[in-house]
Amino acid sequence: MANTTASQTEAPVFYLKEEHHPETGTMLGFWIYLMSDCLIFAILFATYAVLGQNYAAGPSPADLFDLELVAINTSMLLFSSITYGFAMLAMEKGSIKGTQIWLAITGLFGVAFVGLEIYEFHHLWSLGATPMRSGFLSAFYTLVATHGLHVTFGIIWLVTLMVQVAQRGLIVENKRRLMCLSMFWHFLDVIWIGVFSVVYLLGVLG
Amino acid sequence: MFSNPDLLHFIFGRLSLDSFPFLHDPIILVTLLGVVVGGIAVVGGISYFRLWGYLWREWITSIDHKKIGIMYIILAIIMLLRGFADALMMRAQQAIAFNGAEGFLPPHHYDQIFTAHGVIMIFFVAMPLVTGLMNFVVPLQIGARDVAFPFLNNFSFWMTTCGAALIMASLFVGEFAMTGWLAYPPLSDIVYSPGVGVDYYIWALQIAGVGTLLSGVNLIVTIVKMRAPGMSMMKMPVFTWTSLCTNILIVAAFPVLTAVLVLLGLDRYADTNFFTNDLGGNAMMYINLIWIWGHPEVYILILPAFGVFSEVVSTFCRKRLFGYSSMVYATVVITILSYIVWLHHFFTMGSGASVNAFFGITTMIISIPTGAKVFNWLFTMYKGRISFDVPMLWTIGFMLTFVIGGMTGVMLAVPPADFVLHNSLFLIAHFHNVIIGGVVFGMFAGIVYWFPKAFGFKLDEFWGKMSFWLWTIGFYFAFMPLYVLGLMGVTRRMSQFDDPSLQIWFIIAAFGALLIAGGIGSFIMSIVVAVIKRDKLRDETGDPWGGRTLEWSTSSPPPAYNFAFTPVVHELDAWDDMKKRGFVRPTSGFLDIHMPKNTGAGFILAAISLVLGFALVWHIWWLVAASFIVLIVGAIAHTFNYDRDYHIPASEVVATEEERTALLAKQQA
Repeated sequence: MANTTASQTEAPVFYLKEEHHPETGTMLGFWIYLMSDCLIFAILFATYAVLGQNYAAGPSPADLFDLELVAINTSMLLFSSITYGFAMLAMEKGSIKGTQIWLAITGLFGVAFVGLEIYEFHHLWSLGATPMRSGFLSAFYTLVATHGLHVTFGIIWLVTLMVQVAQRGLIVENKRRLMCLSMFWHFLDVIWIGVFSVVYLLGVLG
Repeated sequence: MFSNPDLLHFIFGRLSLDSFPFLHDPIILVTLLGVVVGGIAVVGGISYFRLWGYLWREWITSIDHKKIGIMYIILAIIMLLRGFADALMMRAQQAIAFNGAEGFLPPHHYDQIFTAHGVIMIFFVAMPLVTGLMNFVVPLQIGARDVAFPFLNNFSFWMTTCGAALIMASLFVGEFAMTGWLAYPPLSDIVYSPGVGVDYYIWALQIAGVGTLLSGVNLIVTIVKMRAPGMSMMKMPVFTWTSLCTNILIVAAFPVLTAVLVLLGLDRYADTNFFTNDLGGNAMMYINLIWIWGHPEVYILILPAFGVFSEVVSTFCRKRLFGYSSMVYATVVITILSYIVWLHHFFTMGSGASVNAFFGITTMIISIPTGAKVFNWLFTMYKGRISFDVPMLWTIGFMLTFVIGGMTGVMLAVPPADFVLHNSLFLIAHFHNVIIGGVVFGMFAGIVYWFPKAFGFKLDEFWGKMSFWLWTIGFYFAFMPLYVLGLMGVTRRMSQFDDPSLQIWFIIAAFGALLIAGGIGSFIMSIVVAVIKRDKLRDETGDPWGGRTLEWSTSSPPPAYNFAFTPVVHELDAWDDMKKRGFVRPTSGFLDIHMPKNTGAGFILAAISLVLGFALVWHIWWLVAASFIVLIVGAIAHTFNYDRDYHIPASEVVATEEERTALLAKQQA
């Protein structure tokens, strides 16, 4: 019965006559990707939590970590997040030059961060605290180096985008890419705060 | 001149003449000859008919979600033949290796076979079937022109394929893992598995895993952002709902697999101590982590099958699905619960009564939403006008078989019972019961159901029915004996037996496997016969089954752009609603359609990843470095290509649509 009454009423619109533009899903997609990346870090944190006290008669965090060095390193990354923010503000204003300058500064902070991390690893290694030494050190190096590798890829990406902005300016595609890298960069900052708190602060002071 | 061993080692890593098992194993030699002859025939055929250009332009570089979906399913069917050959060898070995007879497979070979069988069936048969079906169907069901990221879709497919290729390479170059399909340490550590087998395992899964994760992201965004106007979440077809939940599970589970395989890889390559026996390693950490991925994985496989059954049952009973919203909620609840049951895979770890009780209870709770679904399907059939086409047969076979598997699952969820049944053939029977009775039957139902949409003609019905009956009867013959053996205490993964009284059960199981072989053969026959008789089986309406959802509103096969005009949705079962309320297909006013361009980048990047994986397996470090750099540079170079889309001119759309108008008019005349 319902069908007959329905067919008697006027047929509704069943299709769009004009072209349909679904909104772009890049930001959502990249966000979901970041969450999957976040899970990788979650697993590395969990592994560190389980293995972090398996010193196997080797060195412990209190023996190894230099909080001052790590504090300087942390500030490099935090500053780089601020300067990336300035780059995005310049992008919103449409200033290619401002965007490029702030991106370059961000990249330099990133390089400083990675450089200090490599210095730290080199120092620990020279003390005999290698990833092969104990479960704790395996988990430590893997967690921190995974973050460091992410920052390194972020720097490569940043340089790529600077070239592309120089070539084509702040076109829609490039703005979208800068937004994605922005999310990536801030995400790595958040992860680092977790690393700093859980690995270094709790390790030395806890 | 190449007598310098250091130089040889530098160039070839661990690879040497001893790495080729076919030089001394006749079984592998015969297989290799078969593959070589078959390969030459295929390559020769393609060259003879000058199809390389066509394949490259229309398929390999295609970013059309329909073609990618079809390619996923072709990959799955090819890998099914490999994985099933492994199964037949195991069944044959276990049926004859009694009373001191050693059978035809030494343990070294047998262990590789059961590992390869598990890995291939899950990662390279079930996963591509599920992903392929979702890829083909979801954009059509939601009224979209493609997925959200068409290039990534092509890349994902080729990464999956390259993972499969790496596993196939292990058959002829080196060996595969002898660890079982989840490669538990410490057995999979370098100390106990010094060969290349576990490395093949790690890198095949890592390469394929990238593809799986990206396609998960892709389909979530597609479903969230690209639904036709009017299609609210609670008006989405059930298959789209289950796809959404499956892809959420993929994104939330596969990173765990990636991470845990990285850790295992580090233990093997960098001598770290994550899962070692000494220096602070903890092997149970691996087993927890791998099952935190592994349990959601089985729901990743079964949820789309539930979606298929929901579509099939309502279409072939000519009724709307009973309890749509309870179906949606059941799916969501299963999605969430699947994360808090992983420990039931190792109750015997000894984590104590409270922990085991928690995971036992959460596991049993999953049977509630699943049971709700079964009742929904039954009530949909109640007073329906059921037509017993092949997809419906698979659905009924599923309902009977899956419920048995579900009940043995609840038995295993009881920790005291599990202590007796753990690692026994009872467990093997249980998970084959739910994976074959659920996932495989579901995928066959889906393939038969959507085949006419993809190709414009139905599959052959006689061979389809043969396939159904042989599979179903074969399944019961092959796995009911394993329940019996498991209850008698027989453990899994044994290549020889002492107790002659067990042999008869293994012979029955082997007979069942032969019936299933007939089922697979019949399925392939149903495709071959259908291609031959395609003019008779052709469907020109685009809606051969009297479907209810939007994919049936367009032509079969659909045009590249899927829908000339984006549909507007008012009701659940949108196409059924359109048919009932007198929808008239538009025949004028066509516009240019904006579409993404094909690209070879996905194929090339995936191929480089394959080389990288192979070099990593064999420790060919110069090639590792070279392919890694090429991979990064290639990926960056791809981002410099801004010219990624084009317009299908309105004149072409008009031509395509007029052709269809003529076909439809012929139907009515």
